[in-house]
Amino acid sequence: MLFQHEVHIALEATLRLELRGITKRFGDLVANDDISLTVEPGEIHALLGENGAGKSTLMNVLYGLLQPDSGEILVDGKAIKIKGPGDAIAAGIGMVHQHFMLVPVFTVAENVMLGAEPAKAGFLNHAAASDLVRTVSLKYGLPLDPDAIIEDLPIGIQQRVEIVKALTRNVDLLILDEPTAVLTPQETDELLGVMRGLRDAGKSIVFITHKLREVKAVADRITVIRRGKVVGSAEPTAPESELAELMVGRSVVLEVPKQTSEPGAAVLKVSGLVVADDRRHRAVDGVDLEVRAGEVLGIAGVQGNGQTELVEAIMGLRPSLTGSVTLSGQDITGWATRRVLRAGVGYVPEDRSVDGLVKEFSLAENLVLDLYDTEPFGNRFALNPRAINEAAQGRVEEFDIRSQSEQQPVGSLSGGNQQKVIVAREMSRPLKLFIASQPTRGVDVGSIEFIHRRIVAERDVGSAVLVVSSELDEVVALADRIAVMYRGRILAVVPPNTPRETLGLLMAGITPEADS
Amino acid sequence: MSDEQHPIPEPSPDKGPAHAEAGRPYLTTEKPGKHRGDPTLWDNFKKEFYADNTFTVTLFAIVLALIFGGILMIIGDADTRAQWGYFFYQPLKTLEASWDLVSKAYTDMFKGAVVNPDTVNRWYWDMTTWQQVFRPISETLTNAAPLILTGLAVAIPFRAGLFNIGGQGQAIMGAIGGGTVGILLKLPAPIVILLAILAGALLGGLWGLLVGVLKAKTGAHEVIVTIMLNYIALYFLFWYIRQAAIDDPNRSELISKPVPDSSIFPKLIDPALRVNLGILLALLVAAGVAWLLKRGTFGFELRAVGYNPNAAGTAGIKVGWTLALTMGLAGALAGLGGTTMVLGTAGNLTGEVVGQIGFNGILVALLGRVKPWGVVGAGLLFGALQAGGAAMQTFSGISNELVTAIQAMIVIFVAAPLLVKAVFRLRKSPSAAASAALAKG
Repeated sequence: MLFQHEVHIALEATLRLELRGITKRFGDLVANDDISLTVEPGEIHALLGENGAGKSTLMNVLYGLLQPDSGEILVDGKAIKIKGPGDAIAAGIGMVHQHFMLVPVFTVAENVMLGAEPAKAGFLNHAAASDLVRTVSLKYGLPLDPDAIIEDLPIGIQQRVEIVKALTRNVDLLILDEPTAVLTPQETDELLGVMRGLRDAGKSIVFITHKLREVKAVADRITVIRRGKVVGSAEPTAPESELAELMVGRSVVLEVPKQTSEPGAAVLKVSGLVVADDRRHRAVDGVDLEVRAGEVLGIAGVQGNGQTELVEAIMGLRPSLTGSVTLSGQDITGWATRRVLRAGVGYVPEDRSVDGLVKEFSLAENLVLDLYDTEPFGNRFALNPRAINEAAQGRVEEFDIRSQSEQQPVGSLSGGNQQKVIVAREMSRPLKLFIASQPTRGVDVGSIEFIHRRIVAERDVGSAVLVVSSELDEVVALADRIAVMYRGRILAVVPPNTPRETLGLLMAGITPEADS
Repeated sequence: MSDEQHPIPEPSPDKGPAHAEAGRPYLTTEKPGKHRGDPTLWDNFKKEFYADNTFTVTLFAIVLALIFGGILMIIGDADTRAQWGYFFYQPLKTLEASWDLVSKAYTDMFKGAVVNPDTVNRWYWDMTTWQQVFRPISETLTNAAPLILTGLAVAIPFRAGLFNIGGQGQAIMGAIGGGTVGILLKLPAPIVILLAILAGALLGGLWGLLVGVLKAKTGAHEVIVTIMLNYIALYFLFWYIRQAAIDDPNRSELISKPVPDSSIFPKLIDPALRVNLGILLALLVAAGVAWLLKRGTFGFELRAVGYNPNAAGTAGIKVGWTLALTMGLAGALAGLGGTTMVLGTAGNLTGEVVGQIGFNGILVALLGRVKPWGVVGAGLLFGALQAGGAAMQTFSGISNELVTAIQAMIVIFVAAPLLVKAVFRLRKSPSAAASAALAKG
């Protein structure tokens, strides 16, 4: 089997894909409404749209995971039926899912061969699998160690394994579903490079995303989808504001409007903090920082440089080894999370589906996840559903949470609205300090704008705000001061008008002084 | 069926709902005045009934288990089996013999579990007492009480993400606690009974709490710990019965002194009927648990931890403490189940005093979909099967063990809903299909 694959790879086949009038309904909801689109051989075709616009539904139809109600799929001019991923792969279409489909305890080679195992007399041929991984990864410039265990690899490399896995199935068109949502900026840049390389090698790519900058950087053509319909196509040279407008149907302010800050007394003081990560490495290695009332301190840095552990230690979710944390002069080191929260700290965790929300709970229940046992929502024994629901109605309105009812399970909301639920909850207590980790990750443009305004509003009423983000744009837009974190230390604290190149160098661990 | 706040998930409006085009009424093919589009209540019922909702699946699982039980009866009965050897000579007679066997057995079962029309008739002609009419129901309720309690002891931890295999051990500890107070304490009846109930709940609760604390502090897996504690409780019971204060000096087998009549649970309806305080206790506890899960602050914590411990912890809920308390509560309920066995029916401590209620509680909880009123329903069904099984054995001569097989098959079919759906060709619930597909835009 696999040796045949190698022969095919050498052939450089190309594929032209055409979708005609694809319509997919779920009950009354039309997820895809008469969508037509053509992907030429060897082009990167970006499918741009907000969360819930119907991009993923369309790609699931194309990959055979869903059956369209009407419309047809043509490959090289011939109409084909795709009843499952097997048909899709046979037709030359591969997909890299947003959530990887890898076995964490298997090696790279084992994962790649999964589903098409090369066997000799009933025994798996590991050597052939390793060779295949090496061949494919070298051919397309995606270096991989076939013997590495998946769970030891960073996310970016795991994604590379997924891509290589698809390529070994001899596909000519790759669907990448929100591939950069989980990546650090560096990994994103690398991925964009890989995509260009694949295009130059004759592969077509459908790039699903809602990030304008990446689209502009890599796409050859852009199709914008809104509410299940194609609302237009654009050239990558089109200005970002125009694309954003197409996407959300109105003009979007990418800049965050705000006055200069008038910082007061220090609210949060962290000194000499050392925190270990899950692998017992020193993730935070002696951090000192100070956030004052009425200012936003942004922590910039490539993800994985200790930001997560720093915030978790402040919140009492992770023990600190040495050092202290004080809130308005009170030592809160080692306090339980509940005590920290109720001392006046709001916290938006970086991964909303893991740490932020109980997806099976209703919107109303999630909005009181922190205060359910305090008046008026309840006491030590009983809840007060009426008060909980009334408060929820108010929050839904105030924070523009798009939902059908406050009894709806929060998991059925879109990502942006889920995030607004968390922000609404954390801003509903009297706050001294507001901490937001990756506040707009995986959130649509409209919600980003809203969340940013709320964060600035929180600053303006005199709270201290700490924003941690791996999106440099976000940190620059929000922060009054920027602390750059690198390998568990604060490398420098700089004003937000610092040139991006300097910030980029700092994020890479290069201080201007050391450089000169 | 659903007592929880899980409305049918509907797509959020920003996911692009269909804007129904303004209709063109003049093009309609429907006769005016008759709204064919509006389904009647009956239509909705039919549609929901044949869809794969949990109620229908459970019902059909029971039907399927009874059919298989019938096949087992035919195989197990020597005469009928012999008759099948002549199937090709006398097909009708073979089927008739099989039908007679199975229908009589299930009729006897019904008579033993719900009501016997013959007895009603005899009572009408004053040939028997009214107590005899209610005896089957009384037996069903008596059997159901401990099963509901141990079923809840499995269902509650399940909601918190814990699998409590330790209902048996917790019930044994409860029986020891309740039995000891009942045997030794010489006080007026209501006080002794109250104290015995508290002692049973306390001892069972501590036995469960131990598991929860080990889980919270050391991460010890509750399944392993509870299985081991089941053995420890059982052998502790054997040793305990032999102690001088408890052991019955007049009997050589492993049995305690009898519980004095004053400490026995009072009968609910009539001294001639076995149904006692136990079933009342079980229903009260079920109502309490239903309230706790829906309205209680601790129930909120428990469910939050069960669904997503990370998010619960991040929002300030003490996850370890919640898990420990949940197991403590579960143990207390199983302990009540054990107490009900000693003071409600058995009347003394023996090695088998709690029977298999801990393990059957797992089946009851699964059949009841780990919801409090579901557990009550499942407990009543299992109680009825056991009461009916005894009658079936007496009158049809079919072994009572068949009931165990039927119980097991019901749970297997409930646990394998795809099988039931395939056999009865149930449609996929349309709302469920839409929400599954919409999990991601």
